[in-house]
Amino acid sequence: MGEIFVLAEHRQGELRDVTFEMLGKGQELAVAMDAPLAAVLLGHNVDDFATELARHANQVVVVEDERLEHFNSAVYQQVLAQLITEREPGLVLIGQSAQGMDLAPSLATQLGLPLVTDCVGLEFEDGQLLAVREMYGGKVSARVAFKQANTYLVTARQAAFPFEEGEPLGGEVITVGSPLTEEIAYRRFIEYVEAAVGDVDITQADVVVAVGRGIKEVDNLPLVEKLAKAMGGVLAGSRPVVDAGWLPPDRQVGQSGKTVKPKLYLAVGVSGASQHVVGMKASSTIVAINKDPDAPIFKVAH
Amino acid sequence: MDIVVCVKHVPDTTEAEIAIRDDGRGIKKEGLVFDINEADNYAIEEALLLKEEFDGAITVLTVGPPEADETLRMCLAKGADQAVRLTDERFEGSDGYATARILAEAIKDMDYDLVLTGVQADDDGSAQVGVTLAEVLGIPHAALVVSTETEEDEDRMTVHRELEGGLHEVLEIELPALLTIQTGINEPRYASIFGIRKAMKKQIEVLNLDDLELAEEAVGEAGSRTSLVKLFIPVVTAQATILEGSPEEVSGELVTIFKNEGVI
Repeated sequence: MGEIFVLAEHRQGELRDVTFEMLGKGQELAVAMDAPLAAVLLGHNVDDFATELARHANQVVVVEDERLEHFNSAVYQQVLAQLITEREPGLVLIGQSAQGMDLAPSLATQLGLPLVTDCVGLEFEDGQLLAVREMYGGKVSARVAFKQANTYLVTARQAAFPFEEGEPLGGEVITVGSPLTEEIAYRRFIEYVEAAVGDVDITQADVVVAVGRGIKEVDNLPLVEKLAKAMGGVLAGSRPVVDAGWLPPDRQVGQSGKTVKPKLYLAVGVSGASQHVVGMKASSTIVAINKDPDAPIFKVAH
Repeated sequence: MDIVVCVKHVPDTTEAEIAIRDDGRGIKKEGLVFDINEADNYAIEEALLLKEEFDGAITVLTVGPPEADETLRMCLAKGADQAVRLTDERFEGSDGYATARILAEAIKDMDYDLVLTGVQADDDGSAQVGVTLAEVLGIPHAALVVSTETEEDEDRMTVHRELEGGLHEVLEIELPALLTIQTGINEPRYASIFGIRKAMKKQIEVLNLDDLELAEEAVGEAGSRTSLVKLFIPVVTAQATILEGSPEEVSGELVTIFKNEGVI
């Protein structure tokens, strides 16, 4: 099998965790398949990132271009399509993140490659790549096969693959020329906007009481709020509650909201979608109230 | 502004018990309640809001069985102008790529400024069809859109994408474009009784494979690049202590545990 590519994800001067999670998984597969592991880094003035990535890959392939300073899927797609065509990696790992979700499906389509998204497991069985992913909000898992191809594309769920600092691999850093010629006019990055900050910072609380869709009605909210106050905690919520406008966005726990690590996390009527769980699973004690015994929240509850 | 919205009729499984089919490649649908996919409901609302501002027509499109007409009718009742259902036994087993090609065949000859889909479907959760469809149609796209802004007769749109940790990315995109719409972008309306009555009389156009310029090999499993091997109910490796009983009993036990373990 050809080399394994891991697309390094960075934003506002920081490499994102999913990069290292994929490098950890990539290293495991690389050893199993006797293939080299390459971190692919697209950016502008990213020497520090390259040095850091070199510890976790056999090679770091850097594409340096000022047009790559901020993520833009149209620009990324053009660069990656060129790189994948040239080097024909056996496997490309991309994060199932706001970047990967915007990029991987169109990249796969352009190149005619099989893609499995949001994987939580990945292995080779008798030389065949098999992915495991979740369906129906985590209640069902699926094993998925790929049609035979030279290159497979996989997006990895954030926080699904554990990363452990191992022996540094000391990979070499190589810089390849940017294939970008002219400006891409059909999609332009403008700026990042931070979410408005409210009066309560839920990340600082020792007790977080979170409500989910299971509380059914907004009228049930004051009761839970009373409970939160009585426990000396703050009220937070899962995505559906914020989407419904019952709580402001700065109270949202999860991937697109806040990550909290309180001493006690009390989840009331929260089913436990993976996007929610990544934002609270590091809490010291997790208590869940739910009438559905199969709710995924019980996978992380204590 | 003419808008095409792709929707999916999906089972609500948040509180349902799920059983896997004997062939292991799907779930048993009996007894499950189906509705419009949640993110798609926000997509249709966004289309309705844009239509109210800029006029134009909304075409709603789905790939699915006759039952999916229920979702299409609800979209018509809310104010969509026409509905198309793509249906064929030969579509069975299509992955995200094959599904996007089916949709693209139906859309490519339509007049449109915008194609909207939900970010992801609640059933398979792939978040793949929308962005794939954009590439097949050859138009720009933005995924995870949480706000849209444009001017009359403008050929560009400013959109916000939802990133992690409460951050948004603002970008400008040329029309026609495809946007995958995230939940929470707006407040989806309910259909009026008048709208529902009106929608009952509207014709839903039904197209099958022979109506599309697609070969049989381009759809179903033959046209897919990935395939479901086997579904299984995940083993819950939960260490969770489950307390059951009346609220009084359970809360009493919980407080005891909190005290003993020094939780708070």
